[in-house]
Amino acid sequence: MPADAVIEARAARKVFRTGQQTVVALNDVSIAIRKGEFFTLLGPSGCGKTTLLRLIAGFETPSSGQILLNGNDITDAPPNLRPVNTVFQSYALFPHLTVRQNVGFGLQMQGVAASEITDKVKRALSLVRLEDLADRKPQQLSGGQQQRVALARALAPSPEVLLLDEPLSALDLKLRKEMQSELKRLQHELGITFIFVTHDQEEALTMSDRIGVMSKGSLLQIGAPREIYNHPVNRFVADFIGETNLIPAEVRNAKATIVRNVSIPVDPASPEGAHTLAVRPEHVRIVPVSGDVPLTAKVGESVYFGTDSHIQLLLADGTEIIARHQNEATGGEVPPPGTEVGVAFAPGAVQVLED
Amino acid sequence: MARRDFSASRIPGFATVAILVFCALYAPIVILVAYSFNVGDSIAIWEGFSFRWYPIAWNNEQVREVTMRSLTVATIAALIATTVATLAALGTTRRRKTRGQTFIYLMINQPLMVPEIVTAVALLIFFASIKVATGYQGLAYLIAAHTAFCIPFAYLPIRARLEGMDTTLETAAADLYATHWQTFRFVTLPLLMPGIIAGLMLAFVTSLDDVVITLFVKSAGQDTLPTYMLAKIRRSVSAEVNAISTLLLLLTVVLLTAFFLLTRKRE
Amino acid sequence: MSTGETKEARRDARNTWLLSAPALIILTLAAAGPLLIMLVYSFLEPGKYGNVVWEFSTGAWVSTVLTRDIFDGTYHLADAHLTIFWRSVKLSLITTIFTFIVGFPTAWFIATRSARARTALLFLITIPFWTNLLIRTFAINQIIRNEGMLNTFLLYLGVIDEPILIIYSDFAVFLGMTYVYLPLMVLPLFAAIDRFDMRLIEAAYDLYASRLQVLRRVILPIVKPGIIAGSILVFIPALGAYVTPRILGGGRNMMIGNFIELQFGQGRNWPLGAALSVLLLMIVAIALMFYVRAANRDAPHG
Repeated sequence: MPADAVIEARAARKVFRTGQQTVVALNDVSIAIRKGEFFTLLGPSGCGKTTLLRLIAGFETPSSGQILLNGNDITDAPPNLRPVNTVFQSYALFPHLTVRQNVGFGLQMQGVAASEITDKVKRALSLVRLEDLADRKPQQLSGGQQQRVALARALAPSPEVLLLDEPLSALDLKLRKEMQSELKRLQHELGITFIFVTHDQEEALTMSDRIGVMSKGSLLQIGAPREIYNHPVNRFVADFIGETNLIPAEVRNAKATIVRNVSIPVDPASPEGAHTLAVRPEHVRIVPVSGDVPLTAKVGESVYFGTDSHIQLLLADGTEIIARHQNEATGGEVPPPGTEVGVAFAPGAVQVLED
Repeated sequence: MARRDFSASRIPGFATVAILVFCALYAPIVILVAYSFNVGDSIAIWEGFSFRWYPIAWNNEQVREVTMRSLTVATIAALIATTVATLAALGTTRRRKTRGQTFIYLMINQPLMVPEIVTAVALLIFFASIKVATGYQGLAYLIAAHTAFCIPFAYLPIRARLEGMDTTLETAAADLYATHWQTFRFVTLPLLMPGIIAGLMLAFVTSLDDVVITLFVKSAGQDTLPTYMLAKIRRSVSAEVNAISTLLLLLTVVLLTAFFLLTRKRE
Repeated sequence: MSTGETKEARRDARNTWLLSAPALIILTLAAAGPLLIMLVYSFLEPGKYGNVVWEFSTGAWVSTVLTRDIFDGTYHLADAHLTIFWRSVKLSLITTIFTFIVGFPTAWFIATRSARARTALLFLITIPFWTNLLIRTFAINQIIRNEGMLNTFLLYLGVIDEPILIIYSDFAVFLGMTYVYLPLMVLPLFAAIDRFDMRLIEAAYDLYASRLQVLRRVILPIVKPGIIAGSILVFIPALGAYVTPRILGGGRNMMIGNFIELQFGQGRNWPLGAALSVLLLMIVAIALMFYVRAANRDAPHG
């Protein structure tokens, strides 16, 4: 076990049975989350990220495998005995209690002295800047305010790990951006480990120290945002995070053959055989046709996005590539459809995917 | 003539029928109440406004006795029925469906499906043999019978409230270090309370209104307010009955209004 | 499934039974259980002064429909009994149909009001539903009895010379039952109409349907589950009615309920009373089965 891991899952497996059908929600996932990091579980809905979070919180028991907290096995410990708190997607604020009582609930259940509860609640509320609304009922608050109460409530008992289950999905775009930086600030100030679940790749990229990408119950890749973006391990990760051109190619001797007789250099460590190349649109350059540029394409439709345009390029064999083109004030004209152009890739931008 | 917009949901004549129905529904009750304030004894001729029937009813020793009995039976039956119905609702909602649950659900709702007269006869037969065997003639029979038929009335609003409750709230409580018991005590029970009170009131009203089962189960001299009134209506007509009815109506309306406000969804 | 989940499922089932046990015990002792004892009693001999003699006999069941001639010992159809059965079924059916005829427009009217008015009108329907049945029947009794308001008013107007006899007739029982059971028809009808998508009517009109065709071909088929539920809710208590026929029907215009009571009073024939009760229960069970089947058939699939 890594020395600095606060939460660790070992071959955690969860199988749900509904009637005759069995669904493997989590397929032997192993992961170690470091103390004090902002870790994000990213994946489409139904990929198992929420199940993993619920196993860590103790709301579900794994069908097999283990969950460890600071090296101790907590697989069978009930949620109320785990120093782990959750911010629920629906907030789950108690409607019959005031904001103050909601935030103090965890401390009260732990049997903390009343005076200490008052102090800690006050501190938690000031952390999320809600001191003025302490005596309101949750129903009297806006969505963003309810979100902050949920956060304060989960933070008040000073958990070792804070679990956040898509906490921002119910907020509108502007509020979501605000809360993103607020969460980042809180995590920085408190130094608590955050495990954040989201299906929004942009949110994951901007907030996390590390990201774990999940699909169909399996953990595909763990890494820093930059690493995951620039070096996706497979087709799914490349496609799910950001936009990517996927080009079929034949790889041999550090060269990838794309269309007849046209090959480009790739990382010598790349696997050989028939594979898919991944290239981000912003790494595709449109250059004049010349002998130095082996790859040519015909310009197709282009879509205007304000700061930039996406230009469709059709290779000789019909493969479609999208190039991102900055719309600068000076020049940078988009070539008209039908033009024959040369296509170049930025150095090191071409990634050979395993599958 | 003002032109009316085309409205698909408007069917000519329906509004007229509806208004007549509402009038017909309330006219007899209004008349009944009005004549409780009549000076004279007539139920047809208005002779002037007076409160005299109310003190007459109140000073009637027998009325007081049967009212007290009705209230005693209704209170005890409603309290027991609501307690056991709350437990049953907790046991049968928000769990995996099993064969047993269907059976329990049918058993609890059985008093709603079996005609009252049939239950009354069955209880008469059963309790008669117990009365012979034990010699006990007390109120317990009435209370037991009332408790049984009040259970579904208490159960339904509690179950509805439980089913509408967000289970994540209890998960959240467990996450915040609450034990099973603390979760129940500080989250489930307070949230369930409006349903429990609603169930209690429906059970109380149901018990208070019962005629048929009481008639068959009661021992001699155990009249409740409704069975006393039934006997009185058959013998003669007196505005005294109107006065008693008015008070009983008032009690029902107050309880129902409270029930309505309690179960109304919050904005 | 892991062993943990099996254990959890078993604990769940155990808790279900434990928590329901007090309610089930009370219901068994004071509601469901005695029904079985009643069934046993229907196969015994009547005692001379009421109660039963513990001897097996099918006499009670035979006498529900047949009478034995005291002179020659032959069996004839029991006309008096059949008249009572027929009156009960007939009055219950007429009541059901009439409550539907006036209840449907009422439910429709409520369902098409604004949200506020709807809540208020529903409350107005619910109040009589929960108020004492005896008081409501008594209110009708007061109006239609010979010295009651209706007759006094008509005499005063000179329309009639002597009180018309409305009370203590089948008509009075029908009137009273319609009055007391009407809310039971309106509430389920409202629930069904409330779910009805009014745009379907516009669609039907758009496709050349007349008003009557819209009602018959679109509205009624869709709200049918509500109609069935309302009919069952009115028919079952009407068939077992006791209070209403007793207060409005007098001694002669008995329904099954009153006839059953008679067996435990002057009739002193407990087995016959028990047999009649079982019979009534069977009719109700058949009606309920019909309802469940109809409800399942109309339920949306998938």
